[in-house]
Amino acid sequence: MTFLVRIRLATVIVLLLGLMLAVPAVAQKLGPDGAPNPTASGTSERDLLKQVPRAEGRIDIPDVKAAVLIQPAGRTWDYFHEVLLHWGGAAIILGTIGTLGLAYLVMGRLRITAGRSGQKITRFKAFERVSHWLTAVSFVILGLTGLNITFGKIVLLPVIGPEAFSDISQIAKYVHNFTSFSFVAGLLLIIVIFFRDNIPEKVDLDWIKQGGGFIKGKHAPASRFNPGEKAVYWLSLLAGISVSVSGFVLLFPFYGTNIADMQIAQGVHAVVAVLFVALILGHIYIGTLGMEGAFEAMGSGEVDLNWAKEHHDLWLARKLANEDRQTHASATPAE
Amino acid sequence: MARMKFLCDADRCIDCNACVTACKNENEVPWGINRRRVVTINDGKPGERSVSMACMHCTDAPCAAVCPVSCIYPTEDGIVLHSKDLCIGCGYCFYACPFGAPQYPKVGNFGSRGKMDKCTYCAGGGGAEAPGSAAEYEKYGSDRFGMGKLPLCAEMCSTKSLLAGDGDVIAQIYKERVLKRGYGSGAWGWMTAYHQDIEI
Repeated sequence: MTFLVRIRLATVIVLLLGLMLAVPAVAQKLGPDGAPNPTASGTSERDLLKQVPRAEGRIDIPDVKAAVLIQPAGRTWDYFHEVLLHWGGAAIILGTIGTLGLAYLVMGRLRITAGRSGQKITRFKAFERVSHWLTAVSFVILGLTGLNITFGKIVLLPVIGPEAFSDISQIAKYVHNFTSFSFVAGLLLIIVIFFRDNIPEKVDLDWIKQGGGFIKGKHAPASRFNPGEKAVYWLSLLAGISVSVSGFVLLFPFYGTNIADMQIAQGVHAVVAVLFVALILGHIYIGTLGMEGAFEAMGSGEVDLNWAKEHHDLWLARKLANEDRQTHASATPAE
Repeated sequence: MARMKFLCDADRCIDCNACVTACKNENEVPWGINRRRVVTINDGKPGERSVSMACMHCTDAPCAAVCPVSCIYPTEDGIVLHSKDLCIGCGYCFYACPFGAPQYPKVGNFGSRGKMDKCTYCAGGGGAEAPGSAAEYEKYGSDRFGMGKLPLCAEMCSTKSLLAGDGDVIAQIYKERVLKRGYGSGAWGWMTAYHQDIEI
């Protein structure tokens, strides 16, 4: 055996030993068939969704929202819409109706204590009434068509059948979309024209202390709007702006928003709308059935003097003083 | 009854978009509507994967649950169909769908949506039209399923990445592939769609 051959043999042995040692390291990167493992750095769905709420990527089509591959939050939104909203919404709205019914049974219609005087005084001008009724009619239309989207399939669908219900819902959808504009117009008018008289004052605390006129024998002083009415104003302002903004996001789907934004917008819209309906149910009750002489304020615009004395004494006093000054002023002959 | 499912083996998908084209052609899908699309995750980076996605025909389909007119329903084979006669185009199914499957033709100003359109598993429509009729084809596309065939997207996938058929069978095929080649990035969407993962 020559020296050269020995060296060759030693080299082969060293190489073989080296290969044996290297095998486990290589095996980790190769599949059982010897092909390289392309998932060594691969993305798995499970790992990806642990890091991000939804799997997004690149697409070859212009529809950008299609770039979201998987968004498990869809199932969460389904749970919100079908379980939380149905049960919660029904509980709040039926609960409100039940409470108001109970209030009517217990307290009955709140009468004008001193009876009607027969004298009338203007409480709301025509422009104020138009703004109110524009908002009110829009609200009722929006409320009914909105409730139909959420509860229609439970309440109405079994009664009138799928075809008729689908036709009604189709129309209701468009009515809901377009009535939104008149609602927002009315809401903005109301916010502006009633803003000054709804700023909280010191006398409001007194009104609350006196039980807001619900306790017989106690007189609750109030300006043009009492704290109850002010609460309706401010809550309507907040709720109105929330439903309007979220509503327009829904009306313009995916205009600068993504799927999560749309789900949140729908959630806000639905929850606020349910609370808003409950608030306005209370508002409607006290303005019609609940109190004698209240509806006229928004109906003809004129209320009975005794009603004004009982519920808005400070406003009445200021108004009468004002009118007095005006009649005196006009009585002075122009020279 | 077989439970029909889709499975995209992302380790085989080459982002060729033949499934998208096949679907569009087979069902005469209008311009602007994509019942199937291919999304590439980590595009151009290590670990890039492409996944072909359409309606997964979910178990407890969220779209069907949230539909305000209840026009979406599962068939005996687990295929989720809908009636375009009843659909009002509200868009709720898109918010609920984990896979972005529902599509809406633009019918008016702003965000007005027309009747929802989505993958029917090439099984015709969920309306009143006779199966395989021209009226059904016009509205929903092909009824290959009624002729005993699987969706064309999966049938003509050149790398056999996209699988369609009985869920148990395609899960088995995928399992065998992963065992044989030693890797797999998972059955994309299965956990969300079917509350089930393929454990290997």
